[in-house]
Amino acid sequence: MKENKSNIILKTENLSIGYKTKKKEIVVVSNINVELQQGQLIGLVGANGIGKSTLLRTLIKVQPSLSGSILLNGIDLKQTTTQELAKRLSIVLTEQLTSKNLSVYELVALGRHPYTNWIGNLSQKDTQKVDEAINLVNISELKDKKCFELSDGQLQKVMIARALAQDTDIIVLDEPTTHLDMYHKAYILKLLQRLTKETGKTILFSSHEIDLAIQLCDTMLVMTNDTIICDQPCNLIKKGVFNSLFPKDMIAFDTKTGSFKITQ
Amino acid sequence: MNKSKTYKPQFLLLAFLLILCFFVNISFGSVNIPFKDIFSGLFGTIDNSSWQVIITDFRLPKAITAILVGSGLGISGLLMQTLFRNPLAGPFVLGISSGASLGVALVILGSGLFGGLFAAALTSKWSIVIAASLGSFIILLAVLAVSSRVRDTMAILIIGLMFGSITAAVVSVLSFFSSAEQLQQYIFWGFGSLSNLSWSELLIFAGIYLAGLLLSILSIKGLNSLLLGDNYAKSLGLNLKQNRLIIIIATSLIAGTITAFAGPIAFIGLAIPHLTRQIFTTSNHKILLPAVCIFGAIVMLICDSIAQIPGSDYVLPINAITALVGAPVVIWLLVRQRKMIF
Repeated sequence: MKENKSNIILKTENLSIGYKTKKKEIVVVSNINVELQQGQLIGLVGANGIGKSTLLRTLIKVQPSLSGSILLNGIDLKQTTTQELAKRLSIVLTEQLTSKNLSVYELVALGRHPYTNWIGNLSQKDTQKVDEAINLVNISELKDKKCFELSDGQLQKVMIARALAQDTDIIVLDEPTTHLDMYHKAYILKLLQRLTKETGKTILFSSHEIDLAIQLCDTMLVMTNDTIICDQPCNLIKKGVFNSLFPKDMIAFDTKTGSFKITQ
Repeated sequence: MNKSKTYKPQFLLLAFLLILCFFVNISFGSVNIPFKDIFSGLFGTIDNSSWQVIITDFRLPKAITAILVGSGLGISGLLMQTLFRNPLAGPFVLGISSGASLGVALVILGSGLFGGLFAAALTSKWSIVIAASLGSFIILLAVLAVSSRVRDTMAILIIGLMFGSITAAVVSVLSFFSSAEQLQQYIFWGFGSLSNLSWSELLIFAGIYLAGLLLSILSIKGLNSLLLGDNYAKSLGLNLKQNRLIIIIATSLIAGTITAFAGPIAFIGLAIPHLTRQIFTTSNHKILLPAVCIFGAIVMLICDSIAQIPGSDYVLPINAITALVGAPVVIWLLVRQRKMIF
């Protein structure tokens, strides 16, 4: 992968993540060295409590890293202002919206905030980008609905459209498939895959749908207790990485089907 | 922000109602002045000179005060509800009013401690205004400093209430050591009053109000991104700390001066934003801010007209009227809609 270095959107160097309290540092994972290529769909998987959210929160600059650096487009995240970052990285979080009394169009249009004037008026280019995002995610029939009228699956699509409207190189989603039924889990991940193909954006998401991620992702980040492995899904299966993901007393990874089976 | 929906009819209706309420308010009072003379009175061409004085020096400043108070409290309630992500927030709940009360209590009730000549200077209108503004600003900063350490919104509200209790306790201690006269002065301030403002006082009031209004308008964009939550707002490039500070300064300027000039007027700050959201069914601050502004003014003018008790010499405390008239309306609206829009 060394040959196309210019296509690396996000890169970490000896990154160490965790929490700082007054007395000590709690290191969740250290020595993270990953490179995310442009235009790829990247899935981050790992057991509960292993630190997926901590990693994502560090990558989107919501919480500070303990040591090492994160390079976005070759520029250190620490040197990027909030305003600059808003034009390069957009997010979809698991947290509830404060107000669901916005119409879908208004919500997607909020994604244009980094580009609009002091009062947030949309220029012609802004409305064009908003329409583009709404069409890409196929939610034009929801445009005038209020957010509290939407199902979880619809709301997730709207949030993805909002991130698209922000027009950034990379979109980071924290567990976009939680609370969704099996169909919508597949639907959302498939949508993300299509978006990387059609827009050339890099999309990084964390998920517990390992079998779906194996089928759809270009690259996967597998988080285990002490390290993060970054590779293509088929290579990860060959290396047997998924077997080490969970304790073996309950489930085991079946390399033939690419999914987990209950052990007897 | 929303290209498909305009709110022109609603705004036209509100503007019309505002003008209507303004004239109705001016025509009400203990002295009965015919409606046609009100118009000429406003332009200074009335024959009866005592009517002229009543209109230009009493009723007109009072109506303008009502407009500033109603719209200002509505705006500060809206700002607080969005900033604290809580539909129960308002200047009264979060300690602005209790901070102002503490400041005023210190000046009125505590003036005995400073004694003699100094006390006379202290209890002038201006010292009350300054004390109320300072008090509300300090309490709000304290609430915010503590609440920045907790993430739970309910905890923030409880912290605000606790600060309210602390200030109430200090006021009790102060009143224990005060004379009946001072106590009465403080209690009357607590009733709230829209009258007694001279034109020069009104000018200062309006100036500070406009400064607060300007800051509120400047934070419209930030307020809208705060609707998504703090982390989303930050990811949209919003400077959270700076924005928070601007919103708080705007609120304390507006609510602090209102409390200083007109007393701690309950209810309006909490209820007007909710009533407006029910009517306009939006959370977009570009629509809500002007709507809350006009709507608050209308409600305050109506409340003041009722407080006059048309045809009688009595003027009821405005603080009682706002809640007596307004609370049933809010209850009725919420029961009818079965759902609170926030």
